[in-house]
Amino acid sequence: MSRPPLPPPSQTGPVGVAGLFAAQLGREWVASLRTLAETLNPLVFLFLAVTLFALGVGGDAEALANQAGAILWVLVLLATLLTLEALFRRDYDDGTLEQLVLLGKPAFVPILAKLAVQWALSGLAMTVLAPAVGMLLFLPAEVLGLTMLTLLAGSPALTLLGAVAAALTVGLRRGGVLLALLALPLFVPTLIFGAGAISLAMAGVDVTGQLYWLLAISVLALTVAPFAVIAALRISLE
Amino acid sequence: MTLKELWHRLGSPRWFYQISGRLRLVLGLTALVLLVTGTVWGIAFAPPDYQQGNSFRIIYVHVPSALVAQSAYLLMGAAGVVLLVWRMKLADMVLAATVPFGMSMTALALFTGAAWGKPTWGAWWVWDARTTSMLVLLFLYMALYALRQAIPRPETAGRACAVLAVVGVINIPIIKYSVDWWLTLHQPATFRLTAAPAMPPEMWLPLLVNALGVYCFFGANLVGRLRLEILERERGTAWVRERLAGGQL
Repeated sequence: MSRPPLPPPSQTGPVGVAGLFAAQLGREWVASLRTLAETLNPLVFLFLAVTLFALGVGGDAEALANQAGAILWVLVLLATLLTLEALFRRDYDDGTLEQLVLLGKPAFVPILAKLAVQWALSGLAMTVLAPAVGMLLFLPAEVLGLTMLTLLAGSPALTLLGAVAAALTVGLRRGGVLLALLALPLFVPTLIFGAGAISLAMAGVDVTGQLYWLLAISVLALTVAPFAVIAALRISLE
Repeated sequence: MTLKELWHRLGSPRWFYQISGRLRLVLGLTALVLLVTGTVWGIAFAPPDYQQGNSFRIIYVHVPSALVAQSAYLLMGAAGVVLLVWRMKLADMVLAATVPFGMSMTALALFTGAAWGKPTWGAWWVWDARTTSMLVLLFLYMALYALRQAIPRPETAGRACAVLAVVGVINIPIIKYSVDWWLTLHQPATFRLTAAPAMPPEMWLPLLVNALGVYCFFGANLVGRLRLEILERERGTAWVRERLAGGQL
């Protein structure tokens, strides 16, 4: 059964910046749903890894709950890393990426659309799934909401910074381990504030400051990362 | 020569090669004198610490290597900007030449830190704010090293490393701040250095001498590596052939 081709990255005729963004958003969304298994794999990995943790610890509720924030955040980092591998791969292989960079329009518009969809299907999806993961780790019910907030505030930074690493390694045949080596050191501050906020909240401390920090890191990443991603893509496409 | 002229001249590897031979010699000799003076002074003549005894003397290796390791990363960030904006060949060579030096200095700082930590804190490793930032710095260096090795075309590899170095430099203050915050949360004041808050000059002067010496060493090492890089990359050009044929390097 042959599927209809994916819609082109931009429609024919003059397209404004908003139109370009919307067209790319729609295309990415359709493409992600077409490869649903690939999109869902990192989320399955998240649950699988939590299970392994619980098995390794022996299912002791107290031991798991004490480290729940750290386990959850580390696994979210690793699951995000798994999503990054595929971020530019297909578009690189079939030449779409080259066209995006050559469009003659600001390249960050379609790239931002790509990253938005990428984040919705990784960071946002993991935010929605966080209560379930938290319950498996016996995270107290009072901090489940806060856990979601930390992920919501921090995960954009993971997608954006990780996209820089993904763009740098997309041209390489075996970029997987290298991608991890490039991206994980950049994730350190997000991990510290995210996991720190959860363990502090469990001790009953106000963590508004940490949430603001996560947001600040995400906003900074949003202002800097798209340009680094474009520069890196241009280099990888050489 | 005005600054602007110098800037333009730096675009020529040949010009840099011609002037850098003497520069390297001066830097190398200064480094040798400073490092020997500072180390002998620090080990043999500086007074022992009133709490740590003689074990504190590793500071004369530890602090200079940590300082230069961080400065080297900043230099790479600057070189990365220059390479991406002006496409200056020399900036790419600076990036390539700094990574091994910075990586070994970071490793040396971590190693001497561990060797100092054992008698002072009773453990080889603690998750102290500074040790942790240095460890992350080591990973950042390793990432740059691995990225350059992974990309076959040297020109592409150089610019990819430039992007990573610039992003890394923007991240370093955030990493440092977050790690500091994390430390004060988990281990308040347990692992503070027990050294007296204000060192007497007999103790910090040799440290200063050694720090200056290690910067000169960095300069000499960098210039030496740059000269090798220039020879390797420009080996097809007439002036390199002439020099090689004449036996003068």
